Amino acid sequence: MLNVSGINAFYGKIQVLKNVGLHVEEGSIVTILGANGAGKTTTMKTISGLLKPKEGKIEFLGEDVTGLRPDQLLRKGIALVPEGRQILAGMTVMENLEMGAYHRKDKEIEKDLEMVLARFPILKEREKQLGGTLSGGQQQMLAIARAIMSKPKLLLLDEPSMGLAPLVVADIFNIIKEIRETGTTVLLVEQNARQALKISDFGYVLETGKIVAEGSAADLLTDSRIKEAYLGVKS
Amino acid sequence: MLIEQLINGITLGSIYAIVALGFTLVFGVLGIVNMGHGEIFMFGAFIGVLVTTTFGLPLWLAFLAAIIVTAFMGYLLERFALRPLRNHQGSNHLAPLISTIGVSIFLENLSHHLFGPGNHPFRTPFAEMSIEIGSVTVYLVQIVIFVISLILMAALSFWLGKTKAGKALRAVAENLETASLLGVDTKKYITLTVILASAMGGIAGILVGMAFNAVTPQMGLSMGLKGLAIIILGGMGNVKGAMVGGLILGLAETFIVVYGDSGYRDAIAFIAIIVILLVRPQGLFGQKTSDVRR
Ligand SMILES: Nc1ncnc2c1ncn2[C@@H]1O[C@H](COP(=O)(O)OP(=O)(O)OP(=O)(O)O)[C@@H](O)[C@H]1O
Ligand SMILES: [Mg+2]
Repeated sequence: MLNVSGINAFYGKIQVLKNVGLHVEEGSIVTILGANGAGKTTTMKTISGLLKPKEGKIEFLGEDVTGLRPDQLLRKGIALVPEGRQILAGMTVMENLEMGAYHRKDKEIEKDLEMVLARFPILKEREKQLGGTLSGGQQQMLAIARAIMSKPKLLLLDEPSMGLAPLVVADIFNIIKEIRETGTTVLLVEQNARQALKISDFGYVLETGKIVAEGSAADLLTDSRIKEAYLGVKS
Repeated sequence: MLIEQLINGITLGSIYAIVALGFTLVFGVLGIVNMGHGEIFMFGAFIGVLVTTTFGLPLWLAFLAAIIVTAFMGYLLERFALRPLRNHQGSNHLAPLISTIGVSIFLENLSHHLFGPGNHPFRTPFAEMSIEIGSVTVYLVQIVIFVISLILMAALSFWLGKTKAGKALRAVAENLETASLLGVDTKKYITLTVILASAMGGIAGILVGMAFNAVTPQMGLSMGLKGLAIIILGGMGNVKGAMVGGLILGLAETFIVVYGDSGYRDAIAFIAIIVILLVRPQGLFGQKTSDVRR
C-alpha cells in the first residue's frame, strides 16, 4: 500500500534521514522503533507531506505521491496524528471532530460522528468544552478520534502513548487494534516497543536516520539485539 | 444631549470595530500586523467619493465598487508583499511588518497622485436627513452606518462560528500545520483572509466618508494606528475583542470631545494602549498564554 524508498531528508543543511525505505502492507500494523532523535518523527512528517524529502520516492496505492502537500495527501487517504497531539486548543471538542471530516463530502459523516462519540464517551461528555482544557490523555483520544473522522486508508500515529498513564496506554493500543479491524492500515511510531510490537505485523528499527533492522514483529520481539536496545532486556 | 452623544459614539465605534476586525483577522491568521490596512481603508473611501460624488451614482454601487477594488488590493498585498516572505527560511520575523509599511507609504503616495491632496467631500443623498425622537435628533446616515456595521459583524461571527469554511479559517489561525493535516488548503485560506479583511476595510472607508463627509489621503495612517490600538485593547487576533474595543474607543473619543478637551481626542486610543498594557497585557478578551500563535 505504502512504498517509501531512498529518502534523504534535511532540516536546513543537517541530513536527518539517510536512504530510508519502508513498506506497509494493506491491512497491517507496522511499527517504527528507534531511540530519541533517530528520525522517527521526521519519517512521519515526510510521509504525511509536512516535510519535502530532498531525494527519494513515496508511493501510495501505486501512485507517486512524493512532494504533495498534507491536505492533498489526506485526500488520497493518508492521515497523521502528530507527535504531541496538536489538537485545536481554541476550538471545541465537537469542532475538532468536525474538522476531522473537513475534506469529506460523503453522507456518512453524521453516522461516523455518532460512532466515534459512542467509542469515546469522554469526548461526548465534553463535546462543548475547548480542546485545550482536556487532560493529556483526553487530548490524545481526541486526536485519534479526529483522525478516525478523516476516514483515512492509512493512519500514521506518532507516539500516541507518550506521557500517558499505563491504563490509558493499554486503551490506546486497544483502539489501534480496533482501527485496523475496521480496515484502516496503521503505521505506528512508539517508545513502548514491546506493546507496539505485540499488536504489529511488521517492524523497522531506525538509528540516526538509517533503517538498521527490519522483520516481522514476532521476530523482532525475540531478536536479542532488539531486546537489549529497545525492550529493556539484558541478554 | 447625552443620548445624542451616545449615538455619535456608537456610530463612530462601529466603524472602528469594522476596521479593527480587518486587522485582527490578518493578525490571527498570519501573525502579522498589516500596516497597509489603513491605506486600503482610505482607498475604499476614495472609491466611494468617485462613485457617489464624482459620477453621481447610487450609494450601493459605491459599496460594491469599494468591495471589489479593496478585495483585489488585498489579494495583491498578500501575493506580492507577504507571500514571498513566508516559508523563507532565515527571513526576519519583522520582514512582513516592514513590507506592509512599505505598501502603506506606496498607497498613500499613489492616492495623492490619483485623487489629489486635501479634503474631498463625500456626498450622500440623505446627508441632512434626520429623525426627531422626542428631543433627540438621529441622522439617517448614523442609522445606515450602524445597521451596516451590525450586519457585517453578525455575518462575520456567524461565518467564523458556524460554517465549515469559517471553522477551517479558525483552524488555520490556530495552527497552520494541524490545519493542513486536516485537509485545509492553508495557502488559499491565508489569501482569503487578507482579501476579506481588506474588503471590510473598504466598506469601513465608505462609512467614514459618509460619517465625516470628508476623505483625505492621510486618513489611512491615523485609522491604521487606531485599529492597531483597538486590537491591542481587545486582544490581538480576537474577533470579539475588536468589536468591543472599537465601540469603547468610539464612545471614549466622543465623550472626551463633549466633556473634556477635544485636543485629546486622538490621544485617547494611545492612552488606552498604555493603560491596557500595564493592567492587562493580553487585552480585554485575549488569553494569557496564547497558543494560537506559531
Ligand atoms: N525542525 C528541526 N530543525 C532542525 N533539526 C531538527 C528539527 N526537527 C528535528 N530535528 C533533528 O532531527 C533529528 C531527528 O529528529 P526526530 O524528531 O525525527 O526524532 P525522533 O526519532 O522522532 O525522536 P523522539 O523519539 O525524541 O521523538 C534530531 O537530531 C533532531 O535534533
Ligand atoms: Mg519523535
